[in-house]
Amino acid sequence: MPESDAMGRPLTPRKTEMRLGREAQARIGQQLRAMYEAVVNEGVPSHISELVRRLSEQDNGAE
Amino acid sequence: MKLDPAIRDQVLGAVPSLRAFAISLCGNIDRADDLVQETLLRALAHIDSFEPGTNMPAWLFTILRNLFRSEYRKRRREVEDADGRYAETLKSHPEQTGRVEFNEFRAALAKLPPDQREALILVGASGFSYEDAAAICGCAVGTIKSRVNRARTRLADLLAIDSVDDFGPDRATRAVLAGGGRS
Repeated sequence: MPESDAMGRPLTPRKTEMRLGREAQARIGQQLRAMYEAVVNEGVPSHISELVRRLSEQDNGAE
Repeated sequence: MKLDPAIRDQVLGAVPSLRAFAISLCGNIDRADDLVQETLLRALAHIDSFEPGTNMPAWLFTILRNLFRSEYRKRRREVEDADGRYAETLKSHPEQTGRVEFNEFRAALAKLPPDQREALILVGASGFSYEDAAAICGCAVGTIKSRVNRARTRLADLLAIDSVDDFGPDRATRAVLAGGGRS
């Protein structure tokens, strides 16, 4: 494990720990969106669309 | 007065994303659907306070988040469904991601502090701007930015995703954490 970078500057553990690479960020973002999209792709469940439709026909939508 | 169909369609259009957000907060589909339903009841009962032309998803997300927060305080003593039945109850699994990898990611996400998790989801998955996410969470934009950064760093640690340098000094630590995270 090198103690310094290519320019001979010392590596501080804190710095490497804090900086997250572009690739790591991209992978996290991709997994996050894949997880989210799996639910989004289910669309609107029928009981919810019925609820919204019913409420929107009522006075002020109040129940 | 009946609800304007255009407004109703905006509400319906926001539901899939609202559900995904609710599931990521609750880790449980049944509770999430209850939360979405309660959010919609409340939103439609107070639709007059929505300003047409403003961001409908952000308005609904704010209501849902506030409901979740107050419910969470009430239920605090209940055992958290950290692992969730999330994956089991999903009809489909994310494509391009293996089941094991998906489960590991979900477990890691569940380990984040709630503030960091919601910030990351709002910005990284729901696609809100930092400004909208800050408005939804009722905090400063800078706070959201720092929560998102901390959430990403912590996730990378938990998942042992290599950080900026391959020779990061905490690599061994990450490997241990990742190993401990699998069950």
